[in-house]
Amino acid sequence: MSDKVKFTIDGKECTGKKGQLLVDAATENGVYIPVLCHWKDVEPAASCRICTVRVNGNYITACTTTVEEGSTVENDTPEIRDMRKTIVEMLFVEGNHFCPSCEKSGDCDLQALGYLYQMMVPRFPYAFENREIQASSPKIFLDKNRCIFCKRCIRMIKDDQDRNYFAFKGRGNHLEITIDEKLAAGMTEEQAQRAMEICPVGAILRKEVGFITPIGKRKYDKVPIGSDIESQNKKGGEK
Amino acid sequence: MSKPIIATASLAGCFGCHMSVLDIDDRILKLIELVDFNKSPINDIKNFTKKCDVGIIEGGCCNTENVHVLKQFRENCKILISLGQCAIMGGLPAMRNNIPVKECLEEAYFNGVTVGENKEKIIPNDEELPIILDKVYPLHEIVKIDYYLPGCPPRADLIWTALEALVTGNELNIPYELIKYD
Repeated sequence: MSDKVKFTIDGKECTGKKGQLLVDAATENGVYIPVLCHWKDVEPAASCRICTVRVNGNYITACTTTVEEGSTVENDTPEIRDMRKTIVEMLFVEGNHFCPSCEKSGDCDLQALGYLYQMMVPRFPYAFENREIQASSPKIFLDKNRCIFCKRCIRMIKDDQDRNYFAFKGRGNHLEITIDEKLAAGMTEEQAQRAMEICPVGAILRKEVGFITPIGKRKYDKVPIGSDIESQNKKGGEK
Repeated sequence: MSKPIIATASLAGCFGCHMSVLDIDDRILKLIELVDFNKSPINDIKNFTKKCDVGIIEGGCCNTENVHVLKQFRENCKILISLGQCAIMGGLPAMRNNIPVKECLEEAYFNGVTVGENKEKIIPNDEELPIILDKVYPLHEIVKIDYYLPGCPPRADLIWTALEALVTGNELNIPYELIKYD
């Protein structure tokens, strides 16, 4: 079929569809490319840069690149791992990420990437910026200390008239996530739950339901992030 | 060859990391075969009596006394280890870092809901008391730190694995479950 595209990631032969994003094609082929801002079938933001790979020698984000016939992709090389670790460290010092007191701890994608790359301490100085917590909406807290500006909530959480609950405010280092308080007053339980689930960190949390999962049973307590995708890879290899 | 000597201290921490050291359970018997302890709250030796090989420090620096003790450790220990989130990033005490010190002290001594009578509006200011810093600092922003063991507290197995590798010179392999920030 002509719409099939063959390429390699770290030497592994992969197949994708024409026009498919590299990060999605990799997932289907059992190769984990880390993401913080990407969500399948949602318009890419390319804001976190963690999915940076090397395609035919050029560094590019896998969430904005489509698969091309015969291309060579480098993903899990020592150099790219260190670059990704650097991004994680920068995100950790930029916001106020107090893991011991965060409800998302154990289920947090940013933290899980810290574990994956064995970040013991960030190489950059901590910023300790003064950020507020917006707790006015009845269903959720919006903790700006933890936001990593992935734009998932802006892109994905909307009301029935397609209006945004969340938005960015300010520019440059004054940029912050904010919530439309009037609109958020009418947010449903499902929308609140969805907003919390898609947030890669603990910036959006539902009220009145904290710390439900015990330590040891949380998403990333026993297995690294991406191991669900990689395990498909192993199953595929055994066939 | 004499045994390596370990010193420990808790600065702006809660002693949870020291508790986690004790959590190595019966391996503590093996540990005292491998090492000797000098200045530490565990044996209550208050001052350094000799140079040490390894200094393990819990907690960040929130006042001048913390800085003093930390510098003493750097002078007296060949290797310094930051133990736990407070030592590594300030931890929960650092949640005051974006609040001015004046506001923090006024909350603690005048305005807090649990504050008793303080008609004369006194904030303790004796020269014997260490001065509170403008913010809580991670240890590596004050002195050079050689190794970091994250966690709140760091898992006992992590402390054991790291210490054993350090004093025996064996390669350190840390399993996934042992690196945690909570």
